[in-house]
Amino acid sequence: MKKILKDFSRNQKEVVPILHRVQTEYGYIPPESLPEIAEHLKISESEIYGILTFYKAFSLVPRGKNIVTVCMGTACHVRGGPQILDEMERDLEIKSGRTTADGNFTLESVNCLGCCAIGPVVVVNGKYYSHISVQKVGKLLKEYKST
Amino acid sequence: MKRITHPEQLITWKNRLLERHAPGKKTVVISSGTCGQASGSLQIIEAFKKELEKRNLKDEINLKMTGCHGFCEMEPNVLILPNGVFYKNLKTEDVPQIIEETLLNGKVISSLCYASPKSDEIISDCEAIPFYQKQKRLLTADNVRLDPTSIDDYIICNGYQALAKVFFNMTGEEVVEEIKKSGLRGRGGGGFLTGLKWELCRKEDGEPKYIICNADEGDPGAYMDRSLLEGNPHSVLEGMIIGAYAIGAAEGYIYVRMEYPLAVKHVTRALAEARTYGFLGKAILGSEFEFDIHIVQGAGAFVSGEETSLMASIEGRRAFPRQRPPFPAQSGLWGKPTNINNVETWANVPLIINKGADWYAGIGTKKSKGTKIFSLVGKINNTGLVEVPMGITLREIIYDIGGGIKDGKKFKAVQTGGPSGGCIPADQIDLPIDYDSLTKAGSIMGSGGMIVMDEDTCMVDIARYFLEFTQEESCGKCVPCRVGTRQMVDILTRICRGEGKEDDIGKLEELARTVKAASLCGLGQTAPNPVLTTIRYFRDEYEVHIKEKSCPALACKDLIVYDIDPKKCVGCLLCKKSCPAEAISGERKKVHIIDQEKCTKCGTCLDVCPPKIRAVSKYTGKKMDKILKKRQAKRDNP
Ligand SMILES: Cc1cc2nc3c(=O)[nH]c(=O)nc-3n(C[C@H](O)[C@H](O)[C@H](O)COP(=O)(O)O)c2cc1C
Ligand code: FES
Repeated sequence: MKKILKDFSRNQKEVVPILHRVQTEYGYIPPESLPEIAEHLKISESEIYGILTFYKAFSLVPRGKNIVTVCMGTACHVRGGPQILDEMERDLEIKSGRTTADGNFTLESVNCLGCCAIGPVVVVNGKYYSHISVQKVGKLLKEYKST
Repeated sequence: MKRITHPEQLITWKNRLLERHAPGKKTVVISSGTCGQASGSLQIIEAFKKELEKRNLKDEINLKMTGCHGFCEMEPNVLILPNGVFYKNLKTEDVPQIIEETLLNGKVISSLCYASPKSDEIISDCEAIPFYQKQKRLLTADNVRLDPTSIDDYIICNGYQALAKVFFNMTGEEVVEEIKKSGLRGRGGGGFLTGLKWELCRKEDGEPKYIICNADEGDPGAYMDRSLLEGNPHSVLEGMIIGAYAIGAAEGYIYVRMEYPLAVKHVTRALAEARTYGFLGKAILGSEFEFDIHIVQGAGAFVSGEETSLMASIEGRRAFPRQRPPFPAQSGLWGKPTNINNVETWANVPLIINKGADWYAGIGTKKSKGTKIFSLVGKINNTGLVEVPMGITLREIIYDIGGGIKDGKKFKAVQTGGPSGGCIPADQIDLPIDYDSLTKAGSIMGSGGMIVMDEDTCMVDIARYFLEFTQEESCGKCVPCRVGTRQMVDILTRICRGEGKEDDIGKLEELARTVKAASLCGLGQTAPNPVLTTIRYFRDEYEVHIKEKSCPALACKDLIVYDIDPKKCVGCLLCKKSCPAEAISGERKKVHIIDQEKCTKCGTCLDVCPPKIRAVSKYTGKKMDKILKKRQAKRDNP
């Protein structure tokens, strides 16, 4: 944490950038990091808590080894995005927003990934998959199940 | 490279670059924005690199990785220069053949070319493809010419000439006048006159002044801002620096949504290069003017695209909107005068300065000038980003550029303006597209998303989708938006489930009026639009859902069943094997049966059943009840 905070000024505008960095480093925002961030920026812990729960990007609990993001944007919606998410939920036996018990997968949805022309789109750990169909879901997840 | 401190130096440098640059040289241009990379463009580039190395052709043939060329449906695709051949949907295996036949022997490989879906005619010349022909690519033209990670490429394409012109030949006031005269209106949704907005901010006394580039691009289905930032970041920066000069701003911010990592990467690099060349920082172009730009990443909140929320977010607070006035020009970032424009708005600025306001005002309609980039997506053949002059008709966009509806289906509606917009029905196909005509039709221009819908799209479901979206994204600060949208979602969900009540449409209209009138920010004020336009144009679809408990588009899951016709099924096992829910039983050469209890209605069986057999169908309403009864009787009485 000390090393991370050294890169940021003490201006309040750094709060979101700091949270992004922490999440990149740890995969989530460890609750014990909040007092340190608060101390660095000289704002209250509850204010930081309010900010980090306001934005969807941040998670206070550890996330899975593989992050699966399904696009729920309009273009993907009309091409079958909801069916893809349903199938992911069924296959992984978790609801969107949750992490599997073995910690291997976190399933998330997103409003749009900006690849609307080649939907439905799914991203796994930053890798984009285009033209996904319900049929392809099982095979796609299998790739990551063994890892 | 040392700093450029005078316009003449910029010209000299450009000429030096041109000398080094052999225009006739064989070049493979690879469209490699996020969508290209998602489709495999990076692997294609690797394959070209390897193959050129193997054949010792590295010095003879150039490889150029650019941003998105717009024809995303055809990705990965390449453009072969100088002859302009366009190859689409490439696989790495195609690469050796392209080098051998096209690059070395000048022959066109017709199997890799675009073929007209109507006539099967092979079109090899990129510019002759109908998708490009009716477009007017001004802002997106250079996306095929430049490597977005190279400022020199931008300079070759006349980059930063507008900046030089402004700094040495125009006062800030004259720049504002020029933008006003051009008639440019904001591309972020509202369509406010850009020059007028600049003037308001310029006239304010407070110091320092800020400018912001809104790259939050929250409308799902729209991605022109991503494409501009990824494919031509310097054009946006140049626009911002000109704006800063005109307004007298000292600092700028680009607020990019976190879902756009490649855009962040390219902009970050562009900023660093622009600083090295002296286009940003102290003494820009050797003048006394000082200005710099910072990049800020969003954190996944739709409301942060609203200008007052966005500023709260930059300041490190929750992205709550606030009442206007005061407008950002009076009290913006940290209470100082601030001018905020959308990415595409900024990208128009260098163009106007270079070519003149009169030229610009000659494009488009009376009150909507210039071009607009639309993302043409959904159920259409040629999905992609299209740049067209304002005033073009919907028909030209959908049929001439878009190549019509996918799979020969019927065009039903097009959704514009995202969650704040509405659905325009098929019978308004000759509507000329500009700010005012879209508003009159009950929708808005918004940021330029155009989601095409066919007969399989249920309009009640679309209304429910958007209300769920705004409900989820409502920041909760004001009650009408928070509670009103919740109630609307509940009613719409009920209707989609077949539990609608007689007076639901009336209730929806009433709630819509309240939410529109009483919400604090644009999110709530426009949230009911998708419901209002679908009721206006597709009321019968609502009524059928409510009265007959059926979904005419066969889309609402709770109102349909999938069924296999025993007379047609040949027992090929295809559907049984691909059903992810294992809901289909049956043996080879025997009729297959769907277990309705297990069926998740994903539609896979319908997709895989061979077109010659077509044994799988969907049913709703009375037909559905009849089929279910028939199958039940069969089971009871085999
Ligand atoms: C809920 C909401 C979301 C918005 N999202 C965006 C956005 O993602 N991008 C954008 O440029 N403008 C967005 N706007 C419009 C901005 O508030 C603002 O009007 C715009 O950035 C001004 O730039 P322009 O004059 O160049 O269009 C949004 C407005 C509302 C009410
Ligand atoms: S709607 Fe799915 S990527 Fe945009």
